[in-house]
Amino acid sequence: MNETPSDNIIQRMRARLWPNGLPRDDRGRMRLVVNNLILHIHPAKVSMRAMRWTYTWGLGGLAAMLLVLLGSTGILLEINYTPSAPQAYLNILELRSNVWFGELIRNVHHWSANLLVVVTVLHLLRVFFTGAYRPPRETNWLIGVGMLLLVLGGNFTGYLLPWDQLAFWAITVGTSVLTYVPLIGDALGRLLLGGPEVSGATLLNFYSLHISFIPLAIFGLMSFHFWRIRKDGGLTNPRGVDETEKVKLERVTTIPHLVRRELVYALVWLAAILVWAMLVPAPLEGIANPDLSPNPAKAPWYFLGLQELLLHFHPLVGAIIIPAAFFIGLALLPFYDVAAENVGVYFRSHRGRSLTVLATGLSLVSTPLWVALDEFVLHWADWLPAWPSLVSNGLVPLAVVALGLILMDEWVKDSFKATVEERVLFLFTFLFVAIFILTIIGIFFRGPGMSLYWPWAMPVVSH
Amino acid sequence: MSQTPIPESENVSRRDFLKVIWAGLGGAALLEVGGVFLAYLQPRLAEGEFGSIISVGAVDDFPPGSVTHITNGRFHLARLPDGGFLALYHRCTHLGCTVPWDQAEGRFVCPCHNSQFEVDGEVLNPPAPRPLDIFPITIENGQISVDTGRPVTRQHSDPSQVVYA
Ligand code: HEM
Ligand code: FES
Repeated sequence: MNETPSDNIIQRMRARLWPNGLPRDDRGRMRLVVNNLILHIHPAKVSMRAMRWTYTWGLGGLAAMLLVLLGSTGILLEINYTPSAPQAYLNILELRSNVWFGELIRNVHHWSANLLVVVTVLHLLRVFFTGAYRPPRETNWLIGVGMLLLVLGGNFTGYLLPWDQLAFWAITVGTSVLTYVPLIGDALGRLLLGGPEVSGATLLNFYSLHISFIPLAIFGLMSFHFWRIRKDGGLTNPRGVDETEKVKLERVTTIPHLVRRELVYALVWLAAILVWAMLVPAPLEGIANPDLSPNPAKAPWYFLGLQELLLHFHPLVGAIIIPAAFFIGLALLPFYDVAAENVGVYFRSHRGRSLTVLATGLSLVSTPLWVALDEFVLHWADWLPAWPSLVSNGLVPLAVVALGLILMDEWVKDSFKATVEERVLFLFTFLFVAIFILTIIGIFFRGPGMSLYWPWAMPVVSH
Repeated sequence: MSQTPIPESENVSRRDFLKVIWAGLGGAALLEVGGVFLAYLQPRLAEGEFGSIISVGAVDDFPPGSVTHITNGRFHLARLPDGGFLALYHRCTHLGCTVPWDQAEGRFVCPCHNSQFEVDGEVLNPPAPRPLDIFPITIENGQISVDTGRPVTRQHSDPSQVVYA
């Protein structure tokens, strides 16, 4: 399609902007992938195996799609939003009653954000269980941990913006945890909140973080993440447990094989999210009232595992030491567990599969048991009255739990002759299931006064 | 080989010296930028609102043995039976919920995780780790004013914190 002098302006534009037209053969398709800004995040050819849908479950791509959806609905929401109290709340009411499709846009944004937390964690689990963080992919795992923190940060800052009771008290309880950081905690809290407590200044701070810093950082890191995948030689390839190291890889052109799958997958999810958003409204309670705390006051759901820890440990241990240790462990993982074999095999090996099931089962039993014991039987502070609560209610129970984990690890090592990678697999699975259970308890089993209730016997929450 | 080794080592040490200077200057510049950021981000204050000095009224408006919630100041003005005053920040020292005064129980009860405090702010029931914070009180010509600029944290409540007219 070359330019000729007789072309009209439309034809000329087309010839200049899109000289090759639609590709007709594989060479042309590969060239299009390489030369197109968006498509070139893909290689020209991909391994047929790595596209197996039951390998990645499309989770990373879904996370990326949700980020785009959040970006576009977020820009729309901003147009009808003022980050000041109490105007913010009135804007949300207005959005629901007086703006065309306002409620739909808000619902899509709300549910995509919540789904993103779930999807990011599932993606992390998939990468973990397939050993895809091993060399040379350590950098990309670290970038991923960074993005997980940013996704949580984005959700948390967004949570305050509707300025209703739910938002106000969840952020109050959530940020109060900071005051327990030794030495700098108070200053840190004041800086983040713009004062000693949640106020209009906090709303403006959170708004700024939510609409500029966090999205910019996430999209920056996401580009880095994708670039690293290419640099690391593309995705890891799935293998069955018994397949030998050397599998013959069939490679096919990215267009249409990968791009078509991505499009279909994205469209199905988009449709599902739209239907969900039409049927299930995002929650909104009464306007924020700083004089009236609801009972119970809960953090956002993805932090309820953390809040559950707070009920069992002194805040410095429950909210600072344990989570920090968890994230540091997550970041160090690819530098500790470096075995290069078994990459791409779900759960490492036959023994790895048994150990994963065992760890899940043990955690499913022992986590709720420990919650109940600590709630009703163990009264550390009463038993050790002479010691400060940081020790009696924090370091002592922490040591007990740590000892339990160490003994369990020794047992796995001795009885199953487990290798380092299998022990890591066991501990990680155990801890992840524990976090999951703590979160479920926090969401469904904690009622007024943060006491334990059966979900079906939960007293009506007062606001 | 054997020619003038001394100037060479002098050269190297001068270069090292310059490197240290550069690193020092660079570090100082970074610290300054950090300082500017921190100063810029400090909380902003509005006159007459929470965070400033709030006048609450005359001593005689508050009978001994009473607790009055001063909403715009975010504190409870407690007048103890002996006539002394305490301005207790209404923010729970556990995780920040607003603690109301329970007249029937004669104590502060936090709705969030059931911390309880005595009338002078002392902890009756955990998880709160320390008594309610207090604000400094000044009484001049029978008029009470409370400085809500910065809550004073305390490990225990003690009589020296009580202010008398
Ligand atoms: C907003 C968050 C994230 C986005 C948008 C994202 C996106 C993606 C995409 C599209 C892929 C391609 C394959 C797949 O879908 O599995 C991928 C792979 C990968 N991701 Fe993420 N990711 C995110 C978070 C994370 C997190 C939290 C981690 C781990 C801590 C992580 C670590 C990795 C690694 C190591 C790979 C390479 C996997 C392999 O080669 O098999 N990512 N990511
Ligand atoms: S915030 Fe008051 S008891 Fe937790």
